[in-house]
Amino acid sequence: MTSPTTTQDRLNPEPEAEELTGAEIVVRALRDEGVEFIFGYPGGAVLYIYDKLEQQDAVKHILVRHEQAAVHAADAYSRVTGKVGVALVTSGPGATNAVTGIATAYMDSIPMVIITGQVPVALIGNDAFQEVDTVGITRPCTKHNFLVKDVRDLASTLKTAFYLAASGRPGPVLVDIPKDVTSHKTPYHYPEKVVLRSYKPTVKGHPGQVRKAMQLITSAQRPMFYTGGGIVLGNASEALRTLVRALRAPITNTLMGLGAYPASDRQFLGMLGMHGTYEANMAVQHCDVLVALGARFDDRVTGNLAKFAPHARIVHVDVDPSSISKNVRVDVPIVGDLQQVLREMNQLLAESDQGNDPQAMRAWWAQIEEWRQRDCLCYVQDERIIKPQFVMQKLFELTGGEAIVTSDVGQHQMWAAQFYGFDRPRRWINSGGLGTMGFGLPAAMGAQVAEPDSTVVCVTGDGSIQMNIQELSTCLQYHLPVKVACLNNHYLGMVRQWQEFFYENRYAMSYVDALPDFVKLAEAYGHVGLRADTPADVEPVIREALRLKDRMVFMDFQVDPAENVYPMVPAGAALSDMILV
Amino acid sequence: MRRIISILLENEAGALSRVAGLFSARGYNIEAMTVAPTHDPGISRMTVVTRGSEEIMEQVLKQLNKLVEVIRVHDLTEGPHIERELMLIKVHAVGPDREEVKRLSDIFRGRIIDVTDRSYTIELTGTGEKLDAFIHALDPGMVIEVVRSGASAISRGAKSI
Repeated sequence: MTSPTTTQDRLNPEPEAEELTGAEIVVRALRDEGVEFIFGYPGGAVLYIYDKLEQQDAVKHILVRHEQAAVHAADAYSRVTGKVGVALVTSGPGATNAVTGIATAYMDSIPMVIITGQVPVALIGNDAFQEVDTVGITRPCTKHNFLVKDVRDLASTLKTAFYLAASGRPGPVLVDIPKDVTSHKTPYHYPEKVVLRSYKPTVKGHPGQVRKAMQLITSAQRPMFYTGGGIVLGNASEALRTLVRALRAPITNTLMGLGAYPASDRQFLGMLGMHGTYEANMAVQHCDVLVALGARFDDRVTGNLAKFAPHARIVHVDVDPSSISKNVRVDVPIVGDLQQVLREMNQLLAESDQGNDPQAMRAWWAQIEEWRQRDCLCYVQDERIIKPQFVMQKLFELTGGEAIVTSDVGQHQMWAAQFYGFDRPRRWINSGGLGTMGFGLPAAMGAQVAEPDSTVVCVTGDGSIQMNIQELSTCLQYHLPVKVACLNNHYLGMVRQWQEFFYENRYAMSYVDALPDFVKLAEAYGHVGLRADTPADVEPVIREALRLKDRMVFMDFQVDPAENVYPMVPAGAALSDMILV
Repeated sequence: MRRIISILLENEAGALSRVAGLFSARGYNIEAMTVAPTHDPGISRMTVVTRGSEEIMEQVLKQLNKLVEVIRVHDLTEGPHIERELMLIKVHAVGPDREEVKRLSDIFRGRIIDVTDRSYTIELTGTGEKLDAFIHALDPGMVIEVVRSGASAISRGAKSI
């Protein structure tokens, strides 16, 4: 189908180029892209590729137990390293199993290349064994995808895939390769760079707009920064810190943006949104200038759009023009790379003598401190039953805030986001956009492969962990000493919480009966299982798990089944209408 | 508001379905959509007739621009433009109606391109409104079959989009 190769390229291949099979080209291209690890699962349509992978060791392959996990692991590998994550799966069910992982990466704008096998070209459209229309199925959940029908297009398509994945607003790109293409031969020539007439992301922010933004920000009486995953993806944390500190402005991060600004800094007000802190949400609702950087005004962040930040004029910087003024009208839009734009903003600030009115800023901070006094995350830990917040707090203390924390989806995810303070980006790995249960454990594997010496903790629940529990086997095969912290409340906790609040306590299908004994399960998989039944057990269990540096440890915390995540902004309510403890 | 959007895109398999998929996935309205290669066989031109508020149209244009294979997007309704649609219509033509249909076709500057002893097939071009008017001018019982191309449109003046 789509290929950037011109006919001329085909007719004039490099004279000295080596003849390679399609499978060899895949492996060589991965090597030429500097790919160290790929995650995958073999099958009929990709056997030639696996055969060539086996005969080299530059590109190492991690064998997962389910294709979804391959994509999540590659995704997390990318989130931790900033490199393009790569997954390899077979045709048909291999590809469909990968779709949840691809959609997860797409929603969170993670740069990835997914290589799928396809039935031989001559069989496409014939309902062949393990055939699905992979490019058709993945079209709406990839940044772009390709079906390569001719081996002569393979190298340039792979090059383009890596380029598209990592440039502009990043995202997953899929390359579907029919089996016969992987056995055909052609001279190998890997292009140095890609030029596409139809794809030219804007990198540099419009100078006039940047100046206008800085004027607005420095003239604010009550400025507020709201930054998202774009800061992390754009490696713009340092530039952000410089700007926000120089302005002495308050800042909040989205769920995807945690770690972009140090959580331990006084200027940081915590996360905003549905389960954001009182002070962050109130500051957004009362600010007069809101500076949104690499964030997309998601419904979980804004609450009721009509009532969102009613007094604010809004500056929005994003690399994706379609994110700007999609949900909220902005006053100063800037399309560009965040690192570049923030540097320009810092430059302008350093050159000018502009600054916010100190008296107004004092009053603004006094108001914020008053909100902060509410201590909206407080909870009471008695001697009887473990509060999930307590586990997160202890985990934070005992790891010194230095762990890479991956998370599944639900209450535990929110508690991790609220109680584990991240001071650096790329330490908090979660499925923010799609909200994919089953993400946490494979993500922890990808993170551990990326940083073998770091402590990687998967915060999960008894519901989520069972969505990819089979990956405990992968952890054993590759000696990945992931620490699982399961907040086991015998409920699909977030579902139960909504049912308590909005469905008159009818807990339809949210109680999970017949849970496995996770300690024994971990042991059966060859790992260490530890259980904490009382608050007094929590610290010793975490300490023991961290002591066992080389072992995968499953910590089963029997937590209060009735605990809720607070604060909470009910769906459709204004951000300031929070349910507090 | 009704909008006519011209899209230049790479002439590749799947490009059409990316555009169509975008409209359905994001709930944008499509009244008509046409596509064919341009004088450069590597580039196709698509014309989409759609409706939506200003905010929605802004998103439509941005989302279209975001598609990797889309080279250029232009809202023709922003400036002076010419719009044409082709209709082929087969009508009953017997007895006194036969002369009446011929006259009506002449008034609308249609051309009769196929004739049997019971029917005429008429070729008609114009704006959508004109084609609608022709259909309304006929007795509903007379129409056997209608096929319309959807709008094609181009800006006025010497410049290309």
